[in-house]
Formats: sequence, C-alpha cells, structure tokens
Amino acid sequence: MTTTEPEALNFECETGNYHTFCPISCVAWLYQKIEDSFFLVIGTKTCGYFLQNAMGVMIFAEPRYAMAELEEGDISAQLNDFDELKRLCLQIKRDRNPSVIVWIGTCTTEIIKMDLEGLAPKLEAEIGIPIVTARANGLDYAFTQGEDTVLAAMAAKCPDKAPVVEAQKQERNAISQLLNFGKKKEEVAAEESEYVKHTPLVLFGSLPDPVVTQLTLELKKQGIKVSGWLPSKRYTELPVLEEGYYVSGMNPFLSRTASTLMRRRKCKLIGAPFPIGPDGTRAWIEKICSVLGIEPKGLDEREAQIWAGLEDYLQIIRGKSVFFMGDNLLEISLARFLIRCGMTCPEIGIPYMDKRYQAAELALLEKTCHEMGVPTPRIVEKPDNYNQLQRIYEQNIDLVITGMAHANPLEARGINTKWSVEFTFAQIHGFGNARDILELVTRPLRRNNSLKDLGWGDLVKKEAKV
Amino acid sequence: MKLAYWMYAGPAHIGTLRVATSFKNVHAIMHAPIGDDYFNVMRSMLERERDFTPVTTSVVDRHVLARGSQERVVDNITRKDREEHPDLIVLTPTCTSSILQEDLENFVNRAQLDAKGDVMLADVNHYRFNELQAADRTLDQIVQLYINKARKKGDLEGKSEKPSVNIIGMSTLGFHNQHDCTELKRLMADLGIEVNEVIPEGASVHNLKRLPRAWFNLVPYRELGMAAGEYLQKEFGTPMVDITPMGVVETARCIRKIQEVLNAQGADVNYEEFIDQQTRFVSQAAWFSRSIDCQNLTGKKAVVFGDNTHAAAMTKILSREMGIHVVWAGTYCKHDADWFREEVKGYCDEVLVTEDHGQIGDAIAKAEPSAIFGTQMERHVGKRLDIPCGVIAAPIHVQNFPIGYKPFLGYEGTNQCVDLVYNSFTLGMEDHLLEIFGGHDTKEVITKGISADSDMGWTKDGQAELNKIPGFVRGKVKRNTEKFARDRGIEKITVEVLYAAKESVGA
Repeated sequence: MTTTEPEALNFECETGNYHTFCPISCVAWLYQKIEDSFFLVIGTKTCGYFLQNAMGVMIFAEPRYAMAELEEGDISAQLNDFDELKRLCLQIKRDRNPSVIVWIGTCTTEIIKMDLEGLAPKLEAEIGIPIVTARANGLDYAFTQGEDTVLAAMAAKCPDKAPVVEAQKQERNAISQLLNFGKKKEEVAAEESEYVKHTPLVLFGSLPDPVVTQLTLELKKQGIKVSGWLPSKRYTELPVLEEGYYVSGMNPFLSRTASTLMRRRKCKLIGAPFPIGPDGTRAWIEKICSVLGIEPKGLDEREAQIWAGLEDYLQIIRGKSVFFMGDNLLEISLARFLIRCGMTCPEIGIPYMDKRYQAAELALLEKTCHEMGVPTPRIVEKPDNYNQLQRIYEQNIDLVITGMAHANPLEARGINTKWSVEFTFAQIHGFGNARDILELVTRPLRRNNSLKDLGWGDLVKKEAKV
Repeated sequence: MKLAYWMYAGPAHIGTLRVATSFKNVHAIMHAPIGDDYFNVMRSMLERERDFTPVTTSVVDRHVLARGSQERVVDNITRKDREEHPDLIVLTPTCTSSILQEDLENFVNRAQLDAKGDVMLADVNHYRFNELQAADRTLDQIVQLYINKARKKGDLEGKSEKPSVNIIGMSTLGFHNQHDCTELKRLMADLGIEVNEVIPEGASVHNLKRLPRAWFNLVPYRELGMAAGEYLQKEFGTPMVDITPMGVVETARCIRKIQEVLNAQGADVNYEEFIDQQTRFVSQAAWFSRSIDCQNLTGKKAVVFGDNTHAAAMTKILSREMGIHVVWAGTYCKHDADWFREEVKGYCDEVLVTEDHGQIGDAIAKAEPSAIFGTQMERHVGKRLDIPCGVIAAPIHVQNFPIGYKPFLGYEGTNQCVDLVYNSFTLGMEDHLLEIFGGHDTKEVITKGISADSDMGWTKDGQAELNKIPGFVRGKVKRNTEKFARDRGIEKITVEVLYAAKESVGA
C-alpha cells in the first residue's frame, strides 16, 4: 500500500473557456429515442450549421427534427412569433403527424425573450398536438444538459394517475409490455409474483433500448420492478408519476430533471452512484435495494465475474494516468470507474458540478481513491482549456479524454487521446457494457502501442506554436 | 421563420473564421455562447489539422445578458495577445452578438491600447451575409487594414522586376484548396511567373504590404477573393484575372487572359505553344474527349449543383468538353445568381437557383439523370435514387479532404475531373448491367420525400413485377404506370395494370 493520506475531494472553478457541444445536440439522440416525436429547434443558421455538421450522416436519414430558422424580421418583431410558429407546426403536423412537438429554445430566443412557454399551450390547443418546451441553450447549459432540460419539461407531461379502468389490465410500461408480449394473462400474473412488493420505481434518463432492457432485467433479478422510464420509446407511453413514487437517475447530467421530479411531482429521489462500470452498477443496485428494503443477492459474484472478464484491458491501463478535459458531465463516473481499474487521475474537468445530485457518485469516487491508494483528483468546474493544455504538458499524461477540437493537435504532439463524445453515444451502462467503456479507453493505447517503434510520435514542426 | 433541415452555405462567422485561421499567426476570438466554437472541431477533423485551431470564445452567458460583456471581451483579447503573441486578433461577431448590439468596435479600440499585436473587428452582420460573403469581406478587410498601415508608414513596395502574381482566395476548409494552390503555383512556374503572395492560406499579415508588387492578381474562386482583388485593382491598378482555370477550355482562357494582362504591361510573352502542348499531351482531357470511352457518354443526362465556381465550371466541362447533356445546372449562391446564369448560358437546358435541398432533390428525381455532380447532399439523394454522384463542391465531408494530390484546377485538375466524371458514369452503367443480367436486388425502392414518390398502392405481384424491371428505367415505368392508373381511377396496381400501361404509353 502506498502511504497516500486520505484526502477530501478538491473542487475548483476556472474561467469557463472550454470547448463543448451546444446542448441542442440532444435532439440527435432524443428524436431517435422517442419515436413519435418531432424536435423543432428555434434558432439561427449557427444552430443549424452545428447540428448539420455534428450529426454527420444522420442528417440524410430524414430525421424528425428541423430548424425554425429565425430571420431578421423575427428578430426585430416585424413578424409575429405565434403566427410564424403556428405556420411551421401545422406544416410539421401535415408532413409527419408526430405525437409531440418539442420546441428547443436557443440563445437567440432567450435574448429576444420569445415567450415559448407562453405560446406553447395556446398553440397546443389550436393544433391539437402536445408541445413541450425546453430551453437548451448555450447561454446556460453544456452538451448533455440539453437532455436534462427536455426531460425536465417532459416530466411535467407525465400522467399523474394510473388508468383506473381495470377491465383489461392496461400496462403502461413499454418494457414490461414488451417482455410480456404474447403471454397469457395468468403467465403475466405469475410473473408479477417474481417481484417483491414495493413502492413503484421510475427510472429517468434516455438510454438505448438494449441498455434499457439490460438494466430492467438486472433489477428484476433483485425482485425490483421498473414501472416506467422517462423517456419511453413513445411520447404516448410516458410513465405514470404519482406522489410518493421513487425515481432514480441513470446519468450524471440530469439534475434539473431530478429536482423537477422531486419538487413538482413529489417523487422521492434515490441518490445513487450511476450504473457506469461494474462498480457503479453494483453500487446503484445496492442503493436501490437498500431504499426499497431488499437484501441484494448475487452481486459479489456478478461483479467479480465482470472484472475477471476485463483483465486483458485492465493490463493495458493499470498504473497509467488519465486526464479529463471535461465536456459532457459523465466525467466523475468515468473517472471513478477508471481509478477502480487501476488508473490515476490528476484532474477531472467538468462543465457543471451538481454536488447534491452527484453526492453518492462523489462519495464513491472518494472511497475508490482511498481504497486504490491514489491521490484524489482535482475537480475543475468550468475549466479553461488553455490552462488545461499547459497542465497536460507538465504532468506527462498517458491519456487525455477530450473533445475533437483538441484531439488531433494533441495526438500530433505525441499525447494519446480519446474523443469524449463517443462516451455519450456508446452503450456504457450496466454490467454488460463495462467492456465497451474499456474498449473505448484502451483503443488509442492499443493503436499507439502498435506504432510506438516506428519513431514518429512527435509530428509537429518545432517552430509551431502551442 | 423558415423550416430548414439542411443548409448549403454556413453562417457568417464561419467565413470570417476560415479567412482568419488561414493566415499564419492570426487569432480569432468569437463573441459567442458556449458551444459555438464548432468551427474548431470541423477544422481539426476535416482538415486533420495538427495544430490547435487559433480560435477561442469570449463566452456570452447569463451574466453578459444582464450586464453586458464589460471587461470580458477586452480581457480575453489582451490575454490571448500575451499568451500567443499573434500578429492580429480578429474579434468575430456571431448571431448572438448581432442582436446584443454591444459596442464591439469600442472593445477593439480599448484592447488595442494594451495589445502588442493588431486587433480588428470583422465587419459582418449575421443576418445579412452568409459564410461565403463574410469570408470575402473579411479577407478584403484584413488586406485593407495592412495596406493602409503600410501606406501610413510609407512602407509599400513597387512592382516587381519580373512578372509576378498574387493568388487570392485559398483558404482553410475550402474544397480541395490546398491541392489547387499547389497546382496553380506549378502552373505559374511553368509560365515563368513569380508567385508574389498567396492569401489567405499560409500567409503572414506582415507580407500583405507586398501585395502591390504583383503585376496581376489571380482570383480562381468566384466566392472568395473578389472583393480584395477589386480593392487592389482600384488602389494600385493591379489587373485581376478572375477566370477559374477549371477544365481544358477555361484553363486556356485563363492563361490567355494572363498573357494579355502581362503584355499590356510590357512583358512580351506568348503562351500559345505552352497551351497547345499541355492541352494535347500533358492533360489527358482533350484526348479523352475524342476517345471511345467519352463517345459512349454522348448525350447522357447529368445535373449539376454546387457553388458558383464549381457548378459553372463543371457544367461547361460536361457540355462543351464531353458532349454530355446537362439537363439543369444550379447554384446555392443566390447572392450572385446573375453571374451564374451568364456563365452557364447555352451549356444547360435550365438554371436552378435555390438553397432548398428538397427542391433540388425533386428536380433530380424528375430529371432522372445518369449521373449527378453536386455536394454531399446531392450524393445522398443519388444514393436514395440509385444514381451515382460526383462531389464537386462544399458542403463536404471528411472524405472530400483527400490526402492524395487531387486538384480541380489547372492541367492536372482536368485529369482529375475526367476521372471523376468517367467513374461516376461507368459505375452507374455497371450497376445497371448487373441488374439486366440478373443481378440481385434485395433493396426496396425508397423514394419517400422526393417527388418521384407517390401514394399509389401496388399489389404484391405488381410490385414484384416492377422490381424485375432494370433499375435505370424502373422509376420511369413506375411513374408512367401510376399516371396511367390515376387517369383511369384504378386504385391498386396489379401486373395486369402494369402491362396495360406499358402498352398504352410504351413505357
């Protein structure tokens, strides 16, 4: 054991001059997740250009999103916002007939103070399609926080009573419906008995459907029934949220959604570490079990088995250092997992740090550092990319997790990088996907390992500036 | 408000950033919210840049909305000046700063007091200009700034002894710009013309005072460099050659124009023999036009869409040099549409000026060309309609930044154009031959959203029969049959209806 003194986490805040994606990027994964939705981003050419380029080939696949591009007449209020939005929404209704239109407010609608929240109910009544308003703008939020604003707005639209008519037992939950598909009533009833009786639990956070199934089944092993997910596959299948229900977040960037669920929907939040990495997944299950009064079973073996399966990857990263420049708020959970894997982490950059919502995750990070005998990282909120680069050079980092703006320049200077956005789109939750995280993390190390004897690690001319 | 899914030209600040970051040691500071620095990602990914993109953001957040940027912009400029010692810092407004209407000019003046380098505000309004117009203006602005500086100092240089040229308009994220630049430098060397300055790509702002040395300015792209070229013409009487040397005929025309311009200044050059040699033996394009390969392309239908420069040049190459039938040629440069119409007059049946990709998709579906020459958007329309597409203009993806040498301009450029055109057509032919001789077709026709689509019902056997028809006529047969059915009020199209239609219209 090293003699590192147990120390508390160290929080700092820099200038906020860092690179990240605009939060409107959340439409890219949310429109795919919520199959009957249409996302209308009300902004300028700048927003459109970002989406078009960031989405890559997705843009050609007839996406269910579009820009309401503001023109000079909109900015100077020569045109009436309501009439303009009505015209566009009717066009969307005619062409796509979605079950919900999500308006994404942008920087411009903030600055010109377009009252989207006020216009939405009026227009909703006129055109007969629900309109959800989310202010996912770059003035207030970074990247994944966009999803947070959308889900917080959707939380208000969840039904507050389970359907009373019990003639044909209507199961609102898409997953259990899927799992029960084709089964007779008695079988369903028999399956119900597999669950422990507990207060309904609703999970929030948009995850790919296979991950939803995996995590639902993981809880089922403990006798825990997932009554619904926010969001569900379809807008029309949003989960029931009654007062007193338990809710649990699947991702670290959902603090607004969590507080909306607690304050507006009177739900009880289970503050757990996030199910990222086998250690996180286990801690997440244990916390839910403890709240619901269930004795978790079989987790020791399950976790050990997963770790054993990761050994080949662990050998590559053990003892190496990782630096998070910070752009998607997954950083704390990923760092915690990688420290457990045997890495050291001098710095975790993060756009925004909600110490209350992430409390359990932060505690697990601290505990993990102590148990692994490594110094606790400095957590830098609103980092300054320029300063970070100086620290990366000084500290001789083995792997930098960063945005694409810095990845190629760092590689040219002989520094291994992993593009952080991939963690947002890859499947990283639950026991089964731990390998996928390490696949991403080790990829640059494996690639550069096979190149290391070629002798051209540093590919920048000397006179080039930093 | 406008419902938009896709745009051809980006927002104004992208143009400014493209020009600013093309110069050596120039830093751009965007006055923008978090996340608007996506330009850095594009440059780093598409150009595979080894160096950090010299663009930072002076972040506009809630505090700025409440109290204004105050010291922030000035601090950010002076900080960058200290950290990286750029020659010039370009403060770049965005859509956000356009409506905040802060006095950015004032920030620039204040920052200039402390900064060692120069500081400038890019004079572009987001709501009035697009990427291309903004790039053109910014380049002009930077050139003027340094010409005026040099003039004040009495630092301007006279004309060079031997004929020399400025190549204006090469920039980062420009379509095949770095290859074009190399090719043009070679061409100038072959013509015995000294290259005085290339701007903005790779240039230093300190060298801008040398611009008047050149005997003439070559502006190969219509979109970027015209304003600077016109300014230099006005100030110093430097003639501008703005003929894009793309294609055999246009390259010759460009060289003849250069000859004329030089001789008018007493150079006494004759490039006719050079043009003849290059045309007949160095470029393969002239020979290709006569070869049997090209004969097979005669009268084949093509459509062209892109920016002004490339769409106009490609239209002329296809029609004049290869005998291909250009059904329509189009541009998204609405601000400069008259120029385009004039250029392609007589080389295509119709001209299409629009920024609406839906309209273009429909026009492609209607024309049913054998090949498309367009942007990445048209390539995807082509994929959906099973029509091959050669990409000739931005917007482009990472595969349009090839590492190998692929100029579009000059004599090597003519070779590249031949390959591009020929490969697009043959691929299409092979594809159809495969189908005619029983190639497998497991794909369904998915033309949803493009006007070739219809809501007519096809029975299973009708559809199966339709699928047996070779791909290159299937669309036409389908439409003719549906028209036939609609005219007669038939709701379901069966095999019988299909053949009845065929007999009636000879589809």
